[in-house]
Amino acid sequence: MEINLTLNGKKIKAQIRPDELLLDFVRSQGCRSVKRGCETANCGLCTVWLDEKPVLSCSTLAARADGRTVTTLEGVAAEAEAFGAYLAEEGAEQCGFCSPGLIMNVLAMERELSDPSEEEIKEYLAGNLCRCTGYMGQLRAIRNYLNRKGGETDGENR
Amino acid sequence: MERTAKIVGSPVMKKDAMALVTGKPVYTDDIAPGDCLVVKVLRSPHAHALVEEIRTEGAKKVPGIVTVLTWKDVPGKRFTMAGQSYPEPSPYDRLILDRRVRFVGDAVAIVAGETEAAVDRALRLIKVSYQVLEPVLDFRTAKDNPILVHPEEDWKSLCPVGADNKRNLCASGCEKDGDVEAVLKTCDYVVERTYHTKANQQAMMETFRAFTTLDPYGRLVVTASTQVPFHVRRIIAHALDIPKAKVRVIKPRIGGGFGAKQTVVAEVYPAIVTWLTGRPAKIVYSRYESQIASSPRHEMEVKVRLGADKDGMIRAIDLYTLSNTGAYGEHGPTTVGLSGHKSIPLYGNAEAFRFTYDVVYTNRMSAGAYRGYGATQGLFAVESAVNELADMLHMDPVKLREKNMVREGNVMPAYYGEVANSCALDRCMAKAKEMFGWDEKFPAKDMGNGKVRGVGVAMSMQGSAIAGLDVGSATLKLNDDGFYSLLIGAADMGTGCDTTLAQVAADCLCCDLDNIVVHGVDTDVSPYDSGSYASSTAYLTGGAVVKTCDSMIAKIMEKGAEYLNSSADEVEFDGKRVYRLDGSGEISLRDIGNRAMCSNGYALEVTESNTSPSSPPPFMVGMAEVEVDMETGAVELLDYAAVVDCGTPLNPNLTRIQTEGGLAQGIGMALYEDITYSPKGQLYENSLMQYKIPSRQDVCPIRVEFESSYEKTGPFGAKSIGEVVINTPSPAIASAVAHAAGVYIRELPITAEKVYRGMNGKG
Ligand code: FES
Ligand code: FES
Repeated sequence: MEINLTLNGKKIKAQIRPDELLLDFVRSQGCRSVKRGCETANCGLCTVWLDEKPVLSCSTLAARADGRTVTTLEGVAAEAEAFGAYLAEEGAEQCGFCSPGLIMNVLAMERELSDPSEEEIKEYLAGNLCRCTGYMGQLRAIRNYLNRKGGETDGENR
Repeated sequence: MERTAKIVGSPVMKKDAMALVTGKPVYTDDIAPGDCLVVKVLRSPHAHALVEEIRTEGAKKVPGIVTVLTWKDVPGKRFTMAGQSYPEPSPYDRLILDRRVRFVGDAVAIVAGETEAAVDRALRLIKVSYQVLEPVLDFRTAKDNPILVHPEEDWKSLCPVGADNKRNLCASGCEKDGDVEAVLKTCDYVVERTYHTKANQQAMMETFRAFTTLDPYGRLVVTASTQVPFHVRRIIAHALDIPKAKVRVIKPRIGGGFGAKQTVVAEVYPAIVTWLTGRPAKIVYSRYESQIASSPRHEMEVKVRLGADKDGMIRAIDLYTLSNTGAYGEHGPTTVGLSGHKSIPLYGNAEAFRFTYDVVYTNRMSAGAYRGYGATQGLFAVESAVNELADMLHMDPVKLREKNMVREGNVMPAYYGEVANSCALDRCMAKAKEMFGWDEKFPAKDMGNGKVRGVGVAMSMQGSAIAGLDVGSATLKLNDDGFYSLLIGAADMGTGCDTTLAQVAADCLCCDLDNIVVHGVDTDVSPYDSGSYASSTAYLTGGAVVKTCDSMIAKIMEKGAEYLNSSADEVEFDGKRVYRLDGSGEISLRDIGNRAMCSNGYALEVTESNTSPSSPPPFMVGMAEVEVDMETGAVELLDYAAVVDCGTPLNPNLTRIQTEGGLAQGIGMALYEDITYSPKGQLYENSLMQYKIPSRQDVCPIRVEFESSYEKTGPFGAKSIGEVVINTPSPAIASAVAHAAGVYIRELPITAEKVYRGMNGKG
């Protein structure tokens, strides 16, 4: 079947199989940042935005994107780089395989919540698993990133 | 030239960090050619069976299917998938496809086709009739069981590890010092307990995967998510029965390994497809496959006997480890050793020890290497027993350890008689006590609301590379404009060794980090390295980098002197230039690099290898605080404090992340990650839905500090960090639960149900 959508700001038309998953579709469109870590909607690695809202692309049919807007990390490169630098400063991208999904959710959280507490951050990102870092470094990076606007980044925050 | 740590010890960003956080296509599946055949494996539904007949005609007829392979199509030479130095201690007990299948999930056939849909369809159309055999499922009854997992005559053990396939033994042995029985008889107290750990999954986020192509010379190029590229080369050659010269292995960025990828779990399947069809081929394991047919931790049952006098001096340690290697023997003979070698030596004053072990075959998934590699299992047992001893003596377990712990300068008889030349374990304990508030919190506090808080402690050690065996190497080239290329054969799997090794090189060569470009592993190009396992890279390959830099400096001085019409002993090198000691002339590194590209017969390129007669242990202390719901038995982890002695931390950011990550994995093992089987041998925890690795809501604040010793044989005083950090949570948390609820959980994970049953006398 044919779908029309806006992928990372570009209007495209594509042929898909009816059972094709959004994850496989965006990867086939060259958005290789999007990763798969499970088949059971547990890991969050595949997070993309559908109309600006984070969804698990592994459990979303590509057909659902018809007429809508899909954003992957490639589509928010500048922001990804800005937050990514905070992750990198902590060394909190160990293998990095979970980073794209995490970053998509962090950027969505930033849009959705103002000044989230630690509990809110943890809850918002609960679906983003990471096997390497133990999450502490990610949390330091997120706090530093969110604090940057207030001008004070708390580098000593450990 | 003086060698001072400037970049070493500073928290520099990883060289590949920005590529990773901006989602660049750098992992195996991102760079696989678009025309790769999709490769999948048909897996056995039975724990033990013989393939009587296998019909593939229907599958082969599916449009898009290129090949279907069965046991008849693969070489008949047995090999091991364990990524270890040759001759491997792991027995040669595998074929790519075997007629006898030995666990639920064992490979029965390989299908390759143009699309995933075609391959899935073909898999369903393969008709197999099995002669179902009775399996050996309980590892406690496996030894000398009449049912044999490997009855075949061509089974082979290359090393004297006490293996005997006719007894279901993958390895067995006994080591001792002194007369353990005699000392135990004269001890005031003897604790005798048995502990059980499960076959935990590494569950790295990137599952097993590889793709294979043929190059213009007809050689097989394997691009794989692996920790052991050079071992992959050898193993693929063995498996396909082709010359090693025909194989090249490339390692891109890796989405985590933790030991899982020290076994060649997936590479053989696309490799044989490409070798037989000439077509590029790719395999990507599903999470399901990664859970049921991979290389998890060895399940172990460890019986500890600990003898002490009434003052708490530990006088004797007796350990018997029964290890379950599953259907195949990957890492079986070696992991078991660490259960004793990395636990007993923590207690420096024991008069005698004995360490006995059996590693048995069963019809379970084959085990492999997982961070900690047997030490984790042994330390859960020994540290738990020490905690139980302390409780029995009504003694603070910290005090008990302060009396007994190994200290700098001690000989460690159970650690090959090595001396603890760098050991800050005592300082780690003191610091942990202080940052955790141990004295105020020990042993427990009733919160008055049906909840009780308790605290527990544990120590840990590991090694730094395998002594007298592992090889680390580095190649350094000086290029035009004076920049260096550093080629290493050790695999960066997210750990950041491409960066930390460049930090070492930068300080040796007195240059900026950016003046060194690093090339990851390609077996055609990189110098030989055993691989990234056994906590070897920082210590061993780091040492190779130091040696290589020293040789490079000598060459630069030689060449510089030539350009200055002097001799090497009349000049000095300061990182930027070679200058005459008498001040009468100099030439910049840049000019040397550029000039050496013309009319030069002296290569500014060096390779050095490094090996170590000893394996200096890193040490650490972990302390846990839990809150137990006395009604339900539910355990909540409130605080975890850890202090590590890894020698000099080469990059404090990366050592911290390694520690936090290892602790989180250890916490998962302690509290959440269970492995259970159906009566027929089917694994229940076959997805991340059932196999609960910790989420960010499951880990408490993890607080990490460092107390560094200085290891003279390591680069800039460094020892290893990667593995030591996973070992303390299980025993520390188990003891914290015991102090809160009065229940000793000796089988992991520590679930509410077990605690509840213990509290209600149903244990
Ligand atoms: S791939 Fe795991 S949640 Fe989508
Ligand atoms: S950094 Fe490896 S999974 Fe998160």
